[in-house]
Amino acid sequence: MAPIAWLRRHTVVVAGLLTLAYLLLPNLVVLVFSFNAPAGKFNYSWREFSTAAWRDPCGVPDLCGSLALSLQIAFWATAGATVLGVMIAFALVRYRFRGRGAVNSLIFLPMAMPEVVMAASLLTLFLNLGAELGFPTVLIAHTMFCLSFVVVAVKARVLSMDPRLEEAARDLYAGPVQTFLRVTLPIAAPGIAAGALLAFSLSFDDFIITNFTSGTAVTFPMFVWGSAQRGTPVQINVIGTAMFVLAVLTVVLGQLVAGRRRNHTPS
Amino acid sequence: MTAAKAPPADAPPPVPSAPAVPPVRTAPARRRLTPYWLLLPGVLWLLVFFALPMVYQASTSVQTGSLEEGYTVTWHFAVYGDALAEYWPHFVRSVLYAGTATALCLLLGYPLAYLIAFRAGRWRALLLVLVIAPFFTSFLIRTLAWKTILADGGPLVEILRTVGLLEVTALLGMTEGDRVLATPLAVVTGLTYNFLPFMILPLYTSLERIDPRLHEAAGDLYARPFTAFRQVTLPLSMPGVVSGTLLTFIPASGDYVNAELLGSTDTKMVGNVIQSQFLRVLDYPTAAALSFLLMAIVLIMVTVYIRRAGTEDLL
Repeated sequence: MAPIAWLRRHTVVVAGLLTLAYLLLPNLVVLVFSFNAPAGKFNYSWREFSTAAWRDPCGVPDLCGSLALSLQIAFWATAGATVLGVMIAFALVRYRFRGRGAVNSLIFLPMAMPEVVMAASLLTLFLNLGAELGFPTVLIAHTMFCLSFVVVAVKARVLSMDPRLEEAARDLYAGPVQTFLRVTLPIAAPGIAAGALLAFSLSFDDFIITNFTSGTAVTFPMFVWGSAQRGTPVQINVIGTAMFVLAVLTVVLGQLVAGRRRNHTPS
Repeated sequence: MTAAKAPPADAPPPVPSAPAVPPVRTAPARRRLTPYWLLLPGVLWLLVFFALPMVYQASTSVQTGSLEEGYTVTWHFAVYGDALAEYWPHFVRSVLYAGTATALCLLLGYPLAYLIAFRAGRWRALLLVLVIAPFFTSFLIRTLAWKTILADGGPLVEILRTVGLLEVTALLGMTEGDRVLATPLAVVTGLTYNFLPFMILPLYTSLERIDPRLHEAAGDLYARPFTAFRQVTLPLSMPGVVSGTLLTFIPASGDYVNAELLGSTDTKMVGNVIQSQFLRVLDYPTAAALSFLLMAIVLIMVTVYIRRAGTEDLL
């Protein structure tokens, strides 16, 4: 087949794969430059191959401390947002009450607002109240913006649940608490897990709101931002690559396990 | 990404698989209060840390004073006029860059979403993972990688120059000379890159729901492939187009990371001004006024857009 005819037939495939390349190119650059030995303070141009950064990932002052702080904040923000979000999601799906519309808008608005606006307004609140910026203010802010995403994820799952399952549990003399713990919660679990995972990744990688509310606390994104001005250590790329590989492995393994389970249980 | 998928599931038309919820129980007062108890903590959190700050921001914008002597509300509305007079180019840039990036995201994202939905076969799951995979590396690190990719005299820039594309972008005012870094093109490239997955995922969700037989039926009725796409597939994917453009444009319009890392002083967006006024210059009234104006502009644009696109139930 003539190349032009082939190209015409496969336009979508070629265009789609080009977009995919555009999406993945920076990850490739981050990987390659994690093996660089840059000449100056900035790791932007290639000099020579080295594994020094991989052998000493915490070799830059404050880098691993910032990573630990980010993980801590993400953990607590996820916990808070998940508990509050699950409660809201159940209330919205399972009950008819006055003020539903208002609650729905309150959930939706934070997602429809440029992050910098939320960040700036939170800062004015903290400034006016005289609150000291640091770990607690970042945690408050992260819990706030993660909340809406948890509600949306859990709501979608609870909406598709068959309420008759819970009725059946009650007919079989399960109390409300028992019904919730043994029937409702297990069925809603995938939605809750999805919401919690999303909250964790949003909080862990958040920069703009953290930039405004962190004061002197330095999270990992704040560290990277600062290093863009002071000099980018190769270790940043090491950590970026390691996170990428770990996450992809987790997803692939999860898919494999899920696929195998599906094959074993005839449905 | 769940946020991207969720709005359709949220839509008012009843989910077919879920039977009508029949809580027709004679509800004692305690039960009627249950939803409010469930809502209380979360809603309170949002009221205090999302809604109340908006009020404080509005109040801060009309205060005068100084850091040393403190600020008092003086209803100094002139700050809005002054802010607009001084920073209107930044507002224009924000809307222009975010708009261009959104259009590019749609242009680049649609083929990939289409490929995953209809042509990928058993590669579908892998391709979806690859679309969200970039998220696993901090977006600041990935944005810094563009500094390397777009470096002066680098392979990509050389190709663009040889092909003559840089002359075209220079005519459009997107680049200057042989450089890409520190030009509007670099900022738009970064914005497009950063928000592309937010376009692809909702597009994919709405394309995936389309029955491929509809496209075949159009072919059987003698529509040529492109006509079938334009008249059948594209209209059916509009919900995805609308939520994708919103999820791209809103964050892009307030972004200052790409302009700061990839641009120059001539490419600063309104987000950059808000950030530096708040955190470096410490001129709180001006910063609050700018942030309030940005919010107003985005909300108005989004409302008009949703009205015109006619999919209010989407949100």
